[in-house]
Amino acid sequence: MSRVRILAGTRKGAFIINADGKRDKWTIEGPHFGGWEIYHMAGSPVSPERIYASQTSDWFGQIIQRSDDGGKSWMQPGTPPGEPTTTPDGMPKAESNKFVYDTSKETGAPLTTHQWYDGTPHPWEFKRVWHLEPCLSDPDTVFAGVEDAGLFKSTDGGENWKEVSGLRGHGTGMQWTPGAGGMCLHSILLDKNDPERIYVAISAAGAFRTDDGGKTWKPITRGLHSPYIPDPTAEIGHCVHRIAMHPSHPDVLFMQKHWDVMRSDDRGDNWYEVSGNLPSDFGFPIAVHAHEPNTIYVVPIKSDSEHYPPEGKLRVYRSRNGGNEWEALTRGLPQENCYVNVLRDAMAIDRLDQCGIYFGTTGGQIYCSPDSGDNWITVAANLPPVLSVEVQTLQ
Amino acid sequence: MIRVMIPFHLQTLAQADPEIALDVPPPRTALAVIRTLEAKYPTLRGAILDLETGKRRPMVRLFVCQEDISHDSMEKPLPKDVIDGKEPFLIVGAISGG
Repeated sequence: MSRVRILAGTRKGAFIINADGKRDKWTIEGPHFGGWEIYHMAGSPVSPERIYASQTSDWFGQIIQRSDDGGKSWMQPGTPPGEPTTTPDGMPKAESNKFVYDTSKETGAPLTTHQWYDGTPHPWEFKRVWHLEPCLSDPDTVFAGVEDAGLFKSTDGGENWKEVSGLRGHGTGMQWTPGAGGMCLHSILLDKNDPERIYVAISAAGAFRTDDGGKTWKPITRGLHSPYIPDPTAEIGHCVHRIAMHPSHPDVLFMQKHWDVMRSDDRGDNWYEVSGNLPSDFGFPIAVHAHEPNTIYVVPIKSDSEHYPPEGKLRVYRSRNGGNEWEALTRGLPQENCYVNVLRDAMAIDRLDQCGIYFGTTGGQIYCSPDSGDNWITVAANLPPVLSVEVQTLQ
Repeated sequence: MIRVMIPFHLQTLAQADPEIALDVPPPRTALAVIRTLEAKYPTLRGAILDLETGKRRPMVRLFVCQEDISHDSMEKPLPKDVIDGKEPFLIVGAISGG
């Protein structure tokens, strides 16, 4: 029988939560890395016991962790058990935690500054890994989206990281500015039909696409309108919160922008708004149903100043026709006095026949709907603030 | 032996006790202590000194004999009481937040 495994990253550690295919009884393991911020965990689609985790701290920096047994044990990939702990010249290993921006002329990315909040040039400074996206075909290949915004790639199981420098260096990098949460690359979409095509999204720069495996990139923001930037339709400066795609419809993208829920039918070349009857079109996550490419989910938040649900009611909204017409999903969710937020990486879906939807809140709750959103159950009620939720569907 | 005290987050990272006894070869400086610590616990590399620049991470502080030596030269000899193990070498996460 199939089962599911939730990978929950929180402000104070990682939690691994298991259930069988009924998804009515849950066992919570953790915290792993107690006290550390776990921005994201992600399992390899082709080798699900391989899990990558981003462990981070404002004090002590970035740590990449890897598990090869489904989260039971962890190691830093640069220092695996049983191998020498130092390099031949005696230096300790920790290459897995080394994210160095490529400023060489040879790779065409001699970029050293972006725009600061006040519009002045500011040096690029690595802070943390926001999002890990394992390759669809190779468990040793994984992408990392980082703050300050950049895309890195490892092809050796996370031991060494190299910047995909064409993204920062394609020409607009000097105009990128941080959003309220920092200048982070938070969304990475891989196209299973075309391994050369990758989409990324950055707050507050916009969305970008490569069609040649990362060598060249272009902004894909036509149709976005953001009144908080000097030119609301500029190519760069849109605070994209999340992008999503269904693997069987890779030309169709969905976006939760700072304000506005958007859709593109041409791989991001043009966008149009599908906010429709949502009570607020501000929010962070957006997700697509596992088996219905036109069924999408968002969690409306009242505003960019009030990061909680409208009317204190925690409602997921579902559109079954790709946007514009939305229905509130409330059964099992708190409908009064609820003032939590749901962050951009904190919503996920499973791939069971009856698709499950999951999300975590800044109040430490994780909810699951085992029936595509009609009914919700509380998986965990009292975790630390949830930063990210991923779900693995296992045999 | 030099007695090194590390904060909670580095204990979990290194899977080590709060106090670690280190045999540090001369010259016995803050830099030598940290490099010896990193050699014994490679997972700490980058968590105290920046991997790329080798500089102390901004929110890490170094205390010895009731003195803050965070802004001293990392290559300055440590006090005799620290070298003799009478006083610990403290690596501290700066206090911030609520």
